[in-house]
Amino acid sequence: MNNKEVITHSLYLDPILERYAYCATNLMQILREAQENFGWLHPDAIDYLIEKLSVPRTKIEGVASFYSFFYLEPRGKYRVLFSDNITDRMLGNKVLMERMCSNLWVELGKTSEDGLVSVDFSSCTGMCDQGPALLVNNIAITNLNEQRVDNICELIREQVPLAEWPAEYFQVVDNIRRKDMLLSEGFVSGKALEAALQRGPQGMLAEVKVSGLRGRGGAGFSTGMKWESCRNAPGEAHYVVCNADEGEPGTFKDRVLLNSYADKVFEGMTLCAYVIGAKKGMLYLRGEYRYLLDQLNAVLEQRRQQNLLGNNILGQAGFDFDIEIHLGAGAYICGEESALIESLEGKRGTPRNRPPFPVTHGYLNQPTVVNNVETFAATCHIAQQGGGWYAGIGTAKSSGTKIMSISGDCARPGIYEYPFGVSVRQMLEDCGAANTQAVQVSGPSGVTVSAAEFDRVLAFEDIGTAGAFMVFDDSRDMFEVARNFVHFFAHESCGFCTPCRVGTSLLRNLMDKMHYGHGSPYDFDEIEKLNQILLSMSHCGLGHTACNPVLDTIAKFRPAYESRMLHQEFSPAFDLDWALHEARQMTGRDDIGAHLHILKDKA
Amino acid sequence: MSKTFTLDGKTIPFADGQTIIQAAMDAGSYIPHLCHHPEFKPHGSCKLCTVTVNGRQTASCTMQAAEGMVVESETEELNAERRALTQMLFVEGNHFCPSCEKSGDCQLQATAYHLDMMSPHYDHFFPNRPLDASHPDYLLDFNRCILCSLCVRASRDVDGKSVFALAGRGIKSHLIVNAKSGKLGDTDFSAMDKAANVCPVGVILPKRRGFAVPIGERTFDKQSIAEYVDTRLTQGED
Repeated sequence: MNNKEVITHSLYLDPILERYAYCATNLMQILREAQENFGWLHPDAIDYLIEKLSVPRTKIEGVASFYSFFYLEPRGKYRVLFSDNITDRMLGNKVLMERMCSNLWVELGKTSEDGLVSVDFSSCTGMCDQGPALLVNNIAITNLNEQRVDNICELIREQVPLAEWPAEYFQVVDNIRRKDMLLSEGFVSGKALEAALQRGPQGMLAEVKVSGLRGRGGAGFSTGMKWESCRNAPGEAHYVVCNADEGEPGTFKDRVLLNSYADKVFEGMTLCAYVIGAKKGMLYLRGEYRYLLDQLNAVLEQRRQQNLLGNNILGQAGFDFDIEIHLGAGAYICGEESALIESLEGKRGTPRNRPPFPVTHGYLNQPTVVNNVETFAATCHIAQQGGGWYAGIGTAKSSGTKIMSISGDCARPGIYEYPFGVSVRQMLEDCGAANTQAVQVSGPSGVTVSAAEFDRVLAFEDIGTAGAFMVFDDSRDMFEVARNFVHFFAHESCGFCTPCRVGTSLLRNLMDKMHYGHGSPYDFDEIEKLNQILLSMSHCGLGHTACNPVLDTIAKFRPAYESRMLHQEFSPAFDLDWALHEARQMTGRDDIGAHLHILKDKA
Repeated sequence: MSKTFTLDGKTIPFADGQTIIQAAMDAGSYIPHLCHHPEFKPHGSCKLCTVTVNGRQTASCTMQAAEGMVVESETEELNAERRALTQMLFVEGNHFCPSCEKSGDCQLQATAYHLDMMSPHYDHFFPNRPLDASHPDYLLDFNRCILCSLCVRASRDVDGKSVFALAGRGIKSHLIVNAKSGKLGDTDFSAMDKAANVCPVGVILPKRRGFAVPIGERTFDKQSIAEYVDTRLTQGED
């Protein structure tokens, strides 16, 4: 490495390192900002980071290669990632992606030869109500159509800086269709905190316990118990973490809460800090929501001005608390709370061995509360109106309201807030769904609800949910829905444990085998066996739930599978024609003569 | 040591802080495992050591023993699932036992025999994993890596070098070494490192030492993995 190269990278790295105090715990943010400056993580830049952070190269490369949005090799100056949730698929994202690729002369997953552009798929970017969507250099673009794709190609070819692209491309609207308490207007900053200060930390905790509030991230653990365990846990410091890594495909309610109700979310975090005695809070924002970063920081700054963050909050001596925002970089697994903490600490997002749990050994091994965005927002209402009032809303076991992200085949996709206990049928009616065949509640790891079950209700005692509600009408092929989800899990498995790392890929291969018409009834048994292994042996919830969409759709939509069974009795593991696909690729042929049998592969 | 739990009906004493597998191994009871090694921090990734504790399945290498626990390990269901995990490891990498220098000394192979694995069952992935022969004394054959991260832990936690690390995600997870070139020859790796002698399979191999012990007289030709005690670290490479 010559001096010139060192200088090139040190020029942008020095201020970043300075801002993050030369601390390797901040590695994720350092890498993100480094990449925002240079486009990718250059080996010479890594040399410089090794020296300044005193960490081995293996650490930096290990972390960087874990996250989809970090690049250790040069990518295009414009890095385009098409969101690939099933809802984007249904809105025609694949055709648009192909259009862009052919328009720009670039192959999917590769960088154009002039280094100008790269195009690839990405897991759901949380724009299902206004898709198809993509990210360009990690900034969201919505409502894609042919015209917009063509225009984007032109902007890229002309090398127009992103800042000069038409603003409407980047417009993300809230699409709030039904409001209840959380989405109501009129929240005044500081009012919930004032109410809590009146009650004292014990009193506030008591209200949260009485409210019956359960975590809104999907698992539904009692918030009061979590706060109490953390408060009682000994440690040098306590931490509040807000999980805004909204990665479950089909979920986008946190996007809206953070866009228009961030003040309430931050106030909820501050309430928690008051109860558990934390001085520091962190909001883990998924990388796909990078566009929200500046406005969220502005809200934090405003709250500091109002003395709602900082020292002696609202004049309460010794009540010191502040919040920083940590961006993710494209890894669904970081929504799992212990993986999220690892990521906050600048590591690969691998779920930890539990116990111990974060409430006693979380961030930097200290007691930590990790709650969902919506959970924190709800605590503001509990502070102001009391736990008893809150417990009266919803059902006996599921108090309060739930914000649902509705997308797919319906007239009015968007955000709907309901008290718990609302039926699937009611929601379908409200969003203007017709001829509905199925609803996927809570994303791929959730449950596929068929028409016979539309009277079931949203509640932890019936259909528990993190907030996704994807509607499929009777024109949709439920096998393809499940296959999309299985690809998602295989892509997002962290790779730590054997059953999930290999099992999700085996499952993906089985589904692809059926898709290409080579399935047999034997494969149902194989799926069943894989499910058993993933359930009993996997390290975390990703593996435990990876088979859910397949098992559900086999049980409820079996004809969609059976129509693909060309072989009823045996299992062909080898497809001679498919074995020649590499030869075809190398010779650039795909004509009839380059295939062995009539059944052309459907790829 | 007055505290005990039961493992398949046998009473196992344990000291506070011991994991189930540690106590079991001390008591001479075998629970199949690949990523666990008594000398290193528990990891919990291979999941072969999964047992049933009071009816719930959990990895015995990360679960601390507790008074009165009822642990089941040698059940038909668990061994069937362990066999499937072993098969997954075989198809994930490229394992050609007949031509492998570690055949007979390989813990993956020995575990597969122990679990009566008769075939790989799943379709092979056939990943492309080039060798690294850049180091003067050692060779890395990544084809056999099972991502147990024993070399990672040995190098980082004991040798203090961080020569090895896991990179990538999911099925693309792979072992990397600590050099800008990505080559072992450009690291400070040495034959004296603990990491040089800890690989349970055939990734980290000394050069110029092929088939020194004939097939048929190797570690697991003479004993089952259930009776095996790893002494390579204290004695150097066997």
